[in-house]
Amino acid sequence: MSTYQEFIQQNEDRDGVRFSWNLWPSSRLEATRLVVPVSCLFTPLKERPDLPPVQYEPVLCSRANCKAVLNPLCQVDFRAKVWACNFCFQRNPFPPSYAGISEVNQPAELMPQFSTIEYIVQRGPQTPLIFLYVVDTCLEEEDLQALKGSLQMSLSLLPPNALVGLITFGRMVQVHELSCEGIAKSYVFRGTKDLTSKQIQEMLGLMKPAATGPQGRPVAPQDAVASCRFLQPVHRVDMNLTDLLGELQRDPWPVPQGKRPLRSTGVALSVAVGLLEGTFPNTGARVMLFVGGPPTQGPGMVVGDELKTPIRSWHDIQKDNARHLKKATKFYEALANRSAANGHCIDIYACALDQTGLLEMKCLSNLTGGHIVMGDSFNTSLFTQTFQGVFSKDFNGDFRMAFGGVLEIKTSRELKVCGAIGPCVSLNSKAPCVSENEMGIGGTNQWKMCSLTPSSTLGIYLEVVNQHNAPIPQGGRGAIQFVTQYQHSNTQKRIRVTTITRNWADAQSQIQHIESSFDQEAAAVLMARLGVFRAESEEGPDVLRWLDRQLIRLCQKFGQYNKEDPTSFRLSESLSLYPQFMFHLRRSPFLQVFNNSPDESSYYRHHFTRQDLTQSLIMIQPILYSYSFHGPPEPVLLDSSSILPDRILLMDTFFQLVIYHGETIAQWQKAGYQEMPEYQNFKQLLKAPQDDANDILETRFPMPRYINTEHGGSQARFLLSKVNPSQTHNNLYAWGQESGAPILTDDVSLQVFMDHLKKLAVSSSA
Amino acid sequence: MNVNQHTPMAPPYGQPQPGYGQPGYGQPNYAPLDGGYPAPYAPHNGPASAYHPGIPQQGPARGPPTSGPPPVQAAPQYNQHSSGDIQNGPPPVTQAPPRPPASMQYNQGGVNMSAQQPSFPQHYGPPPTMHQVTNQMTGMHISSGPPTPAGPGYAPPPSSQPPTSSHYGGTPQPSYSQSHPPASSAPSQPPPSSAPAVSQQYYPSSAPPSQQPFNSLPPTSQQRFVSPVQPQQTFPPSSSSSYSGPAPPPTHTSSAPVTQPQQPFLPPQPPFSSAPSGQPPAFTAGPPPPTQGSFPLQAPPPSSQPGSFPPPGPPPSSVASGQYPSSMPPPPQQQPPQSQPPPFHPGPPPPQSQMPPTSIGQSNHQPPGPQGPPSPTGPLQQPPLQQGMPTGYPPQHNGAFGQVRSPQPGYGGPYPGQPNYGAPAPAPQAQKRLDPDAIPSPIQVIEDDKAKTNEPFTTGVRGQAPPLVTTNFQVKDQGNASPRFVRCTAYNMPCTADMAKQSQVPLAAVIKPLATLPPDETPPYVVDHGEGGPIRCNRCKAYMCPYMQFIEGGRRFQCSFCSCVTEVPPHYFQHLDHTGKRVDCYDRPELSLGSYEFLATVDYCKNNKIPQPPAFIFLIDVSYNAVKSGLVSIICQELKSLLDHLPRENPEIDSVIRVGFVTYNKVLHFYNVKASLAQPQMLVVSDVSDMFVPLLDGFLVNVNESRQVIESLLDQIPEMFADTRETETVFGPVIQAGLEALKAADCAGKLFVFHTSLPIAEAPGKLKNREDKKLIGTDKEKSLFQPQAGFYNNLAKECVTQGCCVDLFLFPNQYVDVATLGVVPVSTGGSIYKYTYFQAQSDQERFLNDLRRDIQKPVGFDAVMRVRTSTGIRATDFYGSFFMNNTTDVELAGLDCDKAITVEFKHDDKLSEETGALMQCAVLYTSCSGQRRLRIHNMAVNCCSQLADLYRNCETDTIINFLSKYAFRGVLNNPTKAVRDTLVNQCAQILACYRKNCASPSSAGQLILPECMKLLPVYLNCVLKSDVLLPGADVSLDDRAYLRQLISCMDVAETHVFFYPRLLPLVKLESGALPVAVRDSEERLSKGGVYLLETGLHLFLWVGASVQQELLLNIFGTPSFGQIDSSMTSLPVLENPFSQRLREIIESFRAQRSRYMKLVVVKQEDRAELMFKHFLVEDKSASGGASYVDFLCHMHKEIRQLLS
Repeated sequence: MSTYQEFIQQNEDRDGVRFSWNLWPSSRLEATRLVVPVSCLFTPLKERPDLPPVQYEPVLCSRANCKAVLNPLCQVDFRAKVWACNFCFQRNPFPPSYAGISEVNQPAELMPQFSTIEYIVQRGPQTPLIFLYVVDTCLEEEDLQALKGSLQMSLSLLPPNALVGLITFGRMVQVHELSCEGIAKSYVFRGTKDLTSKQIQEMLGLMKPAATGPQGRPVAPQDAVASCRFLQPVHRVDMNLTDLLGELQRDPWPVPQGKRPLRSTGVALSVAVGLLEGTFPNTGARVMLFVGGPPTQGPGMVVGDELKTPIRSWHDIQKDNARHLKKATKFYEALANRSAANGHCIDIYACALDQTGLLEMKCLSNLTGGHIVMGDSFNTSLFTQTFQGVFSKDFNGDFRMAFGGVLEIKTSRELKVCGAIGPCVSLNSKAPCVSENEMGIGGTNQWKMCSLTPSSTLGIYLEVVNQHNAPIPQGGRGAIQFVTQYQHSNTQKRIRVTTITRNWADAQSQIQHIESSFDQEAAAVLMARLGVFRAESEEGPDVLRWLDRQLIRLCQKFGQYNKEDPTSFRLSESLSLYPQFMFHLRRSPFLQVFNNSPDESSYYRHHFTRQDLTQSLIMIQPILYSYSFHGPPEPVLLDSSSILPDRILLMDTFFQLVIYHGETIAQWQKAGYQEMPEYQNFKQLLKAPQDDANDILETRFPMPRYINTEHGGSQARFLLSKVNPSQTHNNLYAWGQESGAPILTDDVSLQVFMDHLKKLAVSSSA
Repeated sequence: MNVNQHTPMAPPYGQPQPGYGQPGYGQPNYAPLDGGYPAPYAPHNGPASAYHPGIPQQGPARGPPTSGPPPVQAAPQYNQHSSGDIQNGPPPVTQAPPRPPASMQYNQGGVNMSAQQPSFPQHYGPPPTMHQVTNQMTGMHISSGPPTPAGPGYAPPPSSQPPTSSHYGGTPQPSYSQSHPPASSAPSQPPPSSAPAVSQQYYPSSAPPSQQPFNSLPPTSQQRFVSPVQPQQTFPPSSSSSYSGPAPPPTHTSSAPVTQPQQPFLPPQPPFSSAPSGQPPAFTAGPPPPTQGSFPLQAPPPSSQPGSFPPPGPPPSSVASGQYPSSMPPPPQQQPPQSQPPPFHPGPPPPQSQMPPTSIGQSNHQPPGPQGPPSPTGPLQQPPLQQGMPTGYPPQHNGAFGQVRSPQPGYGGPYPGQPNYGAPAPAPQAQKRLDPDAIPSPIQVIEDDKAKTNEPFTTGVRGQAPPLVTTNFQVKDQGNASPRFVRCTAYNMPCTADMAKQSQVPLAAVIKPLATLPPDETPPYVVDHGEGGPIRCNRCKAYMCPYMQFIEGGRRFQCSFCSCVTEVPPHYFQHLDHTGKRVDCYDRPELSLGSYEFLATVDYCKNNKIPQPPAFIFLIDVSYNAVKSGLVSIICQELKSLLDHLPRENPEIDSVIRVGFVTYNKVLHFYNVKASLAQPQMLVVSDVSDMFVPLLDGFLVNVNESRQVIESLLDQIPEMFADTRETETVFGPVIQAGLEALKAADCAGKLFVFHTSLPIAEAPGKLKNREDKKLIGTDKEKSLFQPQAGFYNNLAKECVTQGCCVDLFLFPNQYVDVATLGVVPVSTGGSIYKYTYFQAQSDQERFLNDLRRDIQKPVGFDAVMRVRTSTGIRATDFYGSFFMNNTTDVELAGLDCDKAITVEFKHDDKLSEETGALMQCAVLYTSCSGQRRLRIHNMAVNCCSQLADLYRNCETDTIINFLSKYAFRGVLNNPTKAVRDTLVNQCAQILACYRKNCASPSSAGQLILPECMKLLPVYLNCVLKSDVLLPGADVSLDDRAYLRQLISCMDVAETHVFFYPRLLPLVKLESGALPVAVRDSEERLSKGGVYLLETGLHLFLWVGASVQQELLLNIFGTPSFGQIDSSMTSLPVLENPFSQRLREIIESFRAQRSRYMKLVVVKQEDRAELMFKHFLVEDKSASGGASYVDFLCHMHKEIRQLLS
């Protein structure tokens, strides 16, 4: 099926879209029988160096509830200068500026290769980018110094006209005024008091004149000035801010023995959100929160300041023992929603050895499209490089970030939108194409993504609504249009329109075609997203059961087997890897909380629901490369049998990069062979995986944890926990193979999993 | 009665006058008067009578018992004194002088006895003429009760008295008489070899003065006032002297035996007696003379009155009348003295005159007479008036008369007509009215006291009244607290509650725990008792003090407050000597001194933690008003230099006090001035509803370490807010902020708040403008003095808990509700300063000087004061700037050297004459160096079973201090009219009680005042007329609230000058001495003169319209009245002695007061004169306050009502 693979690849490269099914079943009933819904992974801002934006407004369908954008699928009558909307079939005249079109003089949006096209539009005032640093000062001196360094460095990366602001917090929250000369001013808020947005703006002196002046004397219009006090163009306050950061001290309030420092993260965020809300509503802005520990007081408190009460664990949560969890979560959700409503995104950079409350705060980033970065310390390259990565630039020299994105989906009549899973919030737009059946964030055909990167990917879930008794004519095609409006990092407002189409197929007669159009990678990720989405609100085992059932049904539907004969079970090539993905997904930290703290789970899930397909797959099933003298580097099975003494393994789990030296290699290395001229090859062997790892490190965001370990090393657990435990202490001798490392676990191996799967799939009772 | 009550209208008194003349008081008074005159004098006897049943003939009465013994007793008494003299002799001598007046009285007594008759007759002789006058005078006679009281007081040995008197009379008189003329030359007295010398010395020098004062005053007052006080006073000195010498204790012991009979006197005497046994002999023989000096008072009164007076009786009355009459008509004034003189002269003449003190009334009259007769006096009187201060007598006379006469002669020209000023006493009225010169003159009393105070005041003798606050004197601590720390209303407390109730004399002490002492007095020693902390009584927890009795060879001590016996800790053990005193008694301040300090241990610290050094936080209003008036830059500029002068104990060391800065308008700005910063950082807190401190490190800093940052900050603050448009301010959060900062730093401290306007911004403690003039005079008026929000009371409580003292500087341009804003400062021991309509140019100096002083003055923090008393009395009420959580502990977040606390005592049992009444005031505080300390003040006073003793040992200034505080607190809960009535009532009762129980019977029409309370009416009138109790139309509610709070923590000296301003004529200024003040009345002002008036808050330079050009040139450097710039706040610096001296005087006045006084130049008949006239408190006030004369009449009427 190379054709399909090529087709899929081509579609992904051009439109950033991957569908679970590339032929769509033509009726609702059949669609549901396919188990995996018609859905897609869509990367709205996929980098397209080859796609220059056009400098004019898109042409819209004039039907009020359609407003689809003119696209290559539309029927165009060049003579009448009329085009028919391919979604609602409305006939629309071209605007006057299109008077000159003809079949040989077509605008770009009508050309098939421009199924994705980007418009630059002139709407509203251009506002510079806004970066608001919210910095925790309850850090160790070392960490604070490192963080200060990173922040100062980041100033040099910002465009000169970008507005920056600084809020620091510890026991108190300080909003620094950046405009003043001489005395450094800041507004201080108590860390324990929940303030409304209005109060915050009042206290910061941001209220509009109307609200002030009981004296009846009109106050000079100061809002411009006022807002500028806290958010100033980098080029104006560069020195100021650098000094200010330089003088930043650790939170001076004493921390008694046995206590955690009082950290008012909640209020700090509340102030940050309130500040932006009052000054730059509906403008792209980035709140960057740097925390070195959990919020310990005030609203949003995650844990008390008593060190003897540990921060909640999954165990506590399951036992309903986490006192602050619900309240804090509710608080941050409210903040996240406010922030999202105003188009401001919130990043969380949490560096601490213990948990920092990401579980409660995750929604801040999840709903606004912000980043979450988790590390052990600000004084690590993991943080510094990741933070630099935020400001990485694309081929045009623009930041790889966009703000205020709104994605709208239009579908042909046979399809409806069930929902989306990704870094977005619903805009509650009740268009006709919205399904009542919700999957993910549903009930709307528009979502807001306060911040986007070229890799931000949404899972979009659709529903075929065409009734079985109203067949679609042969050759009919369904279409979907993605309209993404956003503020480019160069402050331009842009609209990217992607229109894709797929053929309908009758599931009864063309089931093989449909099967072969199955994109098992996309399907695995899409199903995984659904599972993770469920896991946020359901108990872990329920989610696993649901996933298992889906898998079994899929196998029943597409497997070839004789009833009650597991050995006869076969899957076609287009589905062959799918069960394996599911196997690893079940073991992944996205669904398993064992051995993970709630913060880690939140962190992993956060990234899983926003990365593109390739990265997501790596997360589900890490990649394992083998380096040895036996041949060139090669990918090997993620299996304990791949762990051999004379191999160096490089595992990429997305979050971790593990280099594992086999037993023999480790001995050689200890003996220092690599230093000997005659063993240059060994030196090169050692270096090869490191080079490859570096390549990955440089491109990956966030930067993965880099682990260099060896056989028997304590850090080897990262590898051992990921590989398929084909050899365990239970079956070590039974297998009798020459090698491999036994894994001490009771987890089922892939083999066992598959056996069970086959058994269930062929069972008539399942 | 009504008169007083009519507050609003002037009529009260004004009308009364007419009323007095005939209707109300007049007729009845007059009638009796005439008839009564004899009586009036009788009164003199009366006192005696009081003591001894046989009123008139007391002499005899006493005689009998005493006569025989008397001499003996007298002798002993004298002996005692003499002994005292002897022991103290040398040292004490000096002190004795002050009392001499007493001796005078005695002399009189003496006079009565022996020479009396002759003298009296003479005296009286003249009086007849006076009678006529007196009639007109009406009932206003003020007879001097003193004699009697004195009698009783000392009387205890009533029997002895008569004899003594006789003795004295005989001997003393001569001696005095002689002595007087010779002035101090003791020659005459030689008789008493040993004592005499002393006595002579005393008398000569001191006595004369006293007499003179009396004389001078007397003329008017004499009849009315018998000065019982004097006797008492005399004693104290002697006693003090005794102490000064060796050790107080011994004296007591020794004294005991001898004195017993005389015990009443004893207290003082004991010291003396103990010393020389041999002296007695001396006394026996010579004693009389000495006694005269000292005792005369006691003995004389009784004896003299009975004996001598009775006969003269009639005449005296006449005399008295004579005086009045004299006063009546302007000219008479002069005459009276003259007329009187003759009488006296004739008699044993000179001596008597001197002696007169007892007969005061008479003597007073006499003095003039005597003066006249004695060539010296005569001349002296007139010329000296103002100038002659030097010698005891002449000067005094001068002073006394001087006032009276001087005006006439000197100013006379202009004045005679008085009508010039018109206001006070138009000629017509004069006839009906009392002569102002005839009524007790504060100036006279003050000058008398000054004159008789020549030696240091030693505190060793129990129950000895100190010199007046207006007198400069040195104090030597010999076991009781210096009067600079503690002053009592009565130094002889009634033994029983019944007596106290009967007399209505308030029993109170004004305590100024951290008072600054003059450089020549030693500040309290600091005692360290080691880890165990101060030694205390087990039961009542009183601290070790000189009153503790060590027993069982020194192994235990018995508490003299509660009688509990406590083990002496081993490390404190010391053997006793044969007298039962510890051997180390004089090495230990706590065993030999009245005031000292203990180092407190950690047990005395809050939370059992050694306190952190205190902090000063400056909170500056930077709203539009403050910036515009230049205030902000002035403060910032000044702070830069002031920060180098934070209080410290050792001038060599930098102050450990840390400082912090906050500015505010509607929001607060904190500043981080950490030394490591290049620039200060400002932290804005807008959440005023829930104040907190935004930073810890860097807010409170050491000045030296952060100097650069601080200076940079202070430079920038004015700039930063130069363009502010914010007019609203908050206030509650400002104090909260300071409080929180101190809490965070875990230290005590002081907030300096500079505030301009009513806090109307939305915040806790927000206030509304409630000034409503319509409420004044209604029952709701009191609400205006109460805080309008409970918020501040709670805040104050919190502040006190933390030891956060608040000083408030107000710069209002309109109503700011001082009553509410002041709650916190007042409750935390802070001060309020108010600069209404502040303008940089004219008020800057005053403000900055106040600020400097306020910042630099010694201060203690987080203080708790506890007053313990011996069984029988209890401290029941406290007045001042503080907070009380329970009924005993006075909590002061801050306590500075200017704060006084008035403590009222009530009986809860009987007191014993033997042990007297003890009080111990212990103040636990954190010094400005952060050390926890206890300051202890011990005070012992006598107790009496005779009311007369009480009346003889009172201090009017202190009583006024108490009454004013009492009244000013009263307005919080009562209509001001009710408060005024209460005051008048109480005063009337006090005086009526005296009249009834201590003064000899006399005509009801005669006003008899106790000597030491003769100024009570005039001072009380001043209190009644104060802005708080009787506001004029132009007095704002804020001003009243401000004054009310201000008075509450004033000490006696401050209340004195506040209520009775000092008015100095600037005629000739000599270095070293101030001109003698004149009375606060427009009549006393000469159109041709320049006067300086000082109230402790205000300073006026009044320039008469027809002032001499030379004066103008000297003072202003301008030749014409018209060219004087009345807006000047300081005098031009001119190179002439007069100008220099005047400026010196002004500076010295300012240095004396805790607040800087802005100089206001008032030109006669200028608009500003109205303000000035407000302070002429003897005149009728624009707001309806009575003139002194009218009030006296009114008081008299009240008393008579009570008596009938």
